[in-house]
This record gives sequence, structure tokens and C-alpha cells, in this order.
Amino acid sequence: MAVQPKILKPPPTEVGLLGWLKKNLFSTWYNVLLTIFSVIFIYFVSRAIITWVVRDARWEVVTTNFRVFMIGRYPREQAWRVLVSLGIIVFLAFLTWVSRRSKGNPIPRWLVIGWLLSFPLIGILLRGFSEESSFLPLVSEDIWSGLLLTLVLAIVGIVASFPLGVLLALGRRSKLPAIKVLCTVYIETIRGVPLISVLFMSQLMLPLFLPPEIRLGTVMRALTGITLFSAAYTAENVRGGLAAIPIGQYEAARAVGLNEALVMGLIVLPQALRAVIPTIVGQFISLFKDTTLVIIVGLLDLLGIAKSVTGQKEFIGLHKEVYAFAAVIFFICCFTMSYASRRLEQTLGVGER
Amino acid sequence: MHNDNLNPTEDIIIYRDVHKWFGDFHVLRGVNITIKRGEVVVVCGPSGGGKSTFIRTINRLEEHQRGDIIVDGIELTNDLRNIHAIQREIGMVFQSFNLFPHLKVIDNVSLAPFWVRKWSKEEAVRVAMELLERVGIPEQANKYPGQLSGGQQQRVAIARALAMQPKIMLFDEPTSALDPEMIKEVLDVMIELARSGMTMIVVTHEMGFAKEVANRIIFFSDGNIVEQNTTEEFFLNPREARTKLFLSQILTH
Repeated sequence: MAVQPKILKPPPTEVGLLGWLKKNLFSTWYNVLLTIFSVIFIYFVSRAIITWVVRDARWEVVTTNFRVFMIGRYPREQAWRVLVSLGIIVFLAFLTWVSRRSKGNPIPRWLVIGWLLSFPLIGILLRGFSEESSFLPLVSEDIWSGLLLTLVLAIVGIVASFPLGVLLALGRRSKLPAIKVLCTVYIETIRGVPLISVLFMSQLMLPLFLPPEIRLGTVMRALTGITLFSAAYTAENVRGGLAAIPIGQYEAARAVGLNEALVMGLIVLPQALRAVIPTIVGQFISLFKDTTLVIIVGLLDLLGIAKSVTGQKEFIGLHKEVYAFAAVIFFICCFTMSYASRRLEQTLGVGER
Repeated sequence: MHNDNLNPTEDIIIYRDVHKWFGDFHVLRGVNITIKRGEVVVVCGPSGGGKSTFIRTINRLEEHQRGDIIVDGIELTNDLRNIHAIQREIGMVFQSFNLFPHLKVIDNVSLAPFWVRKWSKEEAVRVAMELLERVGIPEQANKYPGQLSGGQQQRVAIARALAMQPKIMLFDEPTSALDPEMIKEVLDVMIELARSGMTMIVVTHEMGFAKEVANRIIFFSDGNIVEQNTTEEFFLNPREARTKLFLSQILTH
């Protein structure tokens, strides 16, 4: 009878924690050196940070001014409206999360309608009707500030600039020369100037273009500027996605009888947009951070509020605490977007090899 | 499945002196041909000879610049309504499948009936399932094209084209991109389709397929039809020197 070859366990230095350490941290002499230096470096940096955060920092500047950071000059007695708005968003986000968890189904239609309705609803809730009305008195958007203003600028900017950008991208690829030239000139002009100048221009020029009956406040003008600016970049990103769709997809779609609008809407755009999700989200993250530039037209977004808080008499010299807090808020928002984008890519990536 | 071929002598495709240029290059040089309802025509010839362009002008994937093309009584002009009417009559199968990668197999097939024919979702899906059964892959309905083999993808492409209930099917080298062991499964579907009475124009070098079902073979070279004949005569008695050369090249490997 043949001797059964013994199945041996691998040596303990090759598997488990020890194996991992050996392979990744101590494989060569310079790797050993790097590991030691990194550990020392991480130790000193994190010790400094932790000591500052838990012992030296005077967080009362943040806790005292927390409401100011969040909603700025929004009247204190009306603050519940912001909370309700936040509640609506959290509720919808929760429903979306639940519906996506149940195995790859598309988001149900009622939820899409819910999201679409939430925008005007929240707009009305935040802004109110008129100054005399006892229910939801007017809170002009021009006194919105703090994180509230940052989020409004970013979210409305993103939501409004996306469809505009897609239209511009399609226009730039149009066969009609007039539309093509118009879109190209628009995109290249906007991309050739900094956001700051677009913001200035929108403050100064918009009233000239609009009929005198329509008077836009500073926030609306800034929003218009941000939207027009972001749309040009979205357009270029989408155009990149469109260019990556093989000609065979157009031919196959036409050959089954789809007209040009259906070819675009059902076959080309869904694939093109999917391909550019990472780029578009990257662009939206930088748009989010760029909203801080509205400080130059006199608006107080989160960063603007932070700056004004550092000027408070009782908290003189507490710049570090204030800006660290603002940075953490920005990081949380941007990281959430980037995480959501990765999740979106994963769920949409099915079947694409 | 069709009752359209009651009158088998009716001309469904008519080409009169059709010319096309790509820039300066004269691709189609005065093509004249008439194809009857229910006919299976195989188009062969050396690459670059214009045979692909020829069948792509039938459903307006390529525009011709001179001459007349009449498909099922509709003249192909710049009128978009005519173009769409003709495209709805014609199904096409491509060398590289061109399935829609973001849609499941079943949605690839039911998409056009739903959006163009305006059938209900249930009706479109039911017909799509029937067609997937006809091409032998109903079990793949809920997969994405990228998860299928080449032969399966091409059979989905055939089902997708048939879903619009076309009167004419065009095949542009349908087996050229397939691994050898998958060619047969696609040809079997095509043979079944030919025997069901479908009007088919097939660009291919699969001479076994031609011998099996083609009524007529067209030899296409240098932008025009060099020779056409019934299948038997074409292989037994090629008349033109270019045809003889081509046949000797493809039949003796």
C-alpha cells in the first residue's frame, strides 16, 4: 500500500499575522528601515494631534457657536425648518439605502418622485412665503449662511448643472453647425476663466440681462454663476464618455429602428454617463469645495462663518480650533460623496466586463 | 411564421445604378440588383470590395450618393420617415454582435418592440422569450451580454433583430468574429431562419452555409457585382476569372 503523503501545515512564519508582517513590513533591510521610521513618524504626529485635540484645544468656540456654523444668520426661532429639511433628506436617503440593499433592484419610481418633490418642498420650507405670513414667514435666501448655505450652493449647483452639462455635451457633438459652435464657444469660454471671475460677472451682469421686474438676490446670482461654471466642466467630462462609445452601438440601435433621441437616451447616454461617474463625482467634489469662493461676493458660507467666528472677542486666537472644525465638516461631506460614488459604480457595474 | 411570402416573385429590394463614395474612394460603382421576397442571397468576395458597404446601404447605415434604392416599395431618400420605416422592416446582425452591454439579454431583445412598436412591456418580454427559445438560449435571458460566449451573443443579436418582426434580415459576416467551435450554433439558427421563408442577405465566406440554403450567390469585387448565379452553377461553372481565383483561394485551404 502506497504511503499517503502527509499534508503539512505551512511554516508559521508564512501565514497569519506573522506571515503578513514578514511579507509586507520586514521583507528586506530597507523595508525594515522604512517600517521603523514610519512607526516613529506616525507615533509623534498622532501624539501631537491627540494631545492638542483632547487637552490643549478650546472647543468651546465650536460648541458655543455650533448653531452659527450650521445655519449662520438663519433666525433662531425658525431653525426647526432647517431640521425638518434635514430630516426629509435623511429619511429619503435611508429609504434609498434600504431599497438598494434588497438585491440590485432599480430604485422604485415613487422614491425618484419623492426625491424630485423634495427639492421644491425644501426650498419652500426654508424660504417661506412672505414676511407677514404667520406660517413659514419669509427667510430670504440672502441671509442663509454657514453650512446651510454651503450645502444649498453645492447641491443646487450640482443638480442644476448636471442636466445642463449633458445638454451642452450633446450640443457640442451635434450635426447642426450653429448649435455645435454655440456650445463649443460657451464651454471653452467658461473653462478659460476662473470661478472667481464668473462669480463676479454673475453678480454684476445678470441684472443687466434680466428684465427689471425680476430681481435676483446675491445668493441666486452666485448660484447661477456656479451652475453655469460647473455645467461647462460636466459637459467636457460627459463628452469624454460619449467619445468612448463604439460606433457599433449607434449602428445597432439604429438598425433595430430607434430614432436619434432613443438612440441617445436608451443606448448611448446610459453607457457614457456610467463610464464617467468617477470623473463627474470628482468634479462635484471640487465644486463643493469651490463654493467657499462665494466669500468674495459677500456671502458667508461655512468658511466665511468660520472666519467671522475667529473675530469674536471672547474667542480671540482660536483660529486652529475653528478651521480644524470646518476642515472636518468639509472632509465628511467630500468623503461621503466619494464613498457614494464608489457604491454607485459597484451597483451599476454589473455585467460590464 | 410570416405570411408575407405568398407572392414569392415580388421584388423586395431593388438597386438601380447605386453609387457611393468614401471621400475620393469610389466604393459602390453602379450596383444593379433585384432581390425577391423570400430569397436567400449570399454575398462573397475579397475584403475591401464593397460587399459590407453594399448591405449597409440597404438599411441606411451608409448613405448612397447616386442611384435608386427601393425597399419593400419605399424609396430610400433623405426623408427621415422613409428611413425609419425601412429600418423597422429590416433586421441586422453585425460581425461584432454590438449587443447593448448595459442591458440584460431579455432587455436587449425586447427594447425596440417596446419603444418603437409600442407594445406593452409584457407582450414585448413574452415575444422576446419566444425568440430566445427559438435561438436556443432562453436560460440566459437575465444575464448581461458580457457573461455570454461569442456564439451565444450572436444568437441574442439574431433574436434582437427578429424581435422587430422584420421582412428582411441582413447579416454582415456574422461568424467571422467567432471561435470555430461556435460557428455552427450560429449557422444552425440562420439555416432554420432561411427555411422559415425569411428574405436574407448574408455577407459570409461560409460556403457550406451557402450550399445549404442560398438561392443565389453574388460575387462582389471592386465596388460592383462581378458575377451572380444560382448556388450550384456558381460553384460548378464560375464564368469570370476573378471569381475562379477567389473560389480557388477560399476552397483550397
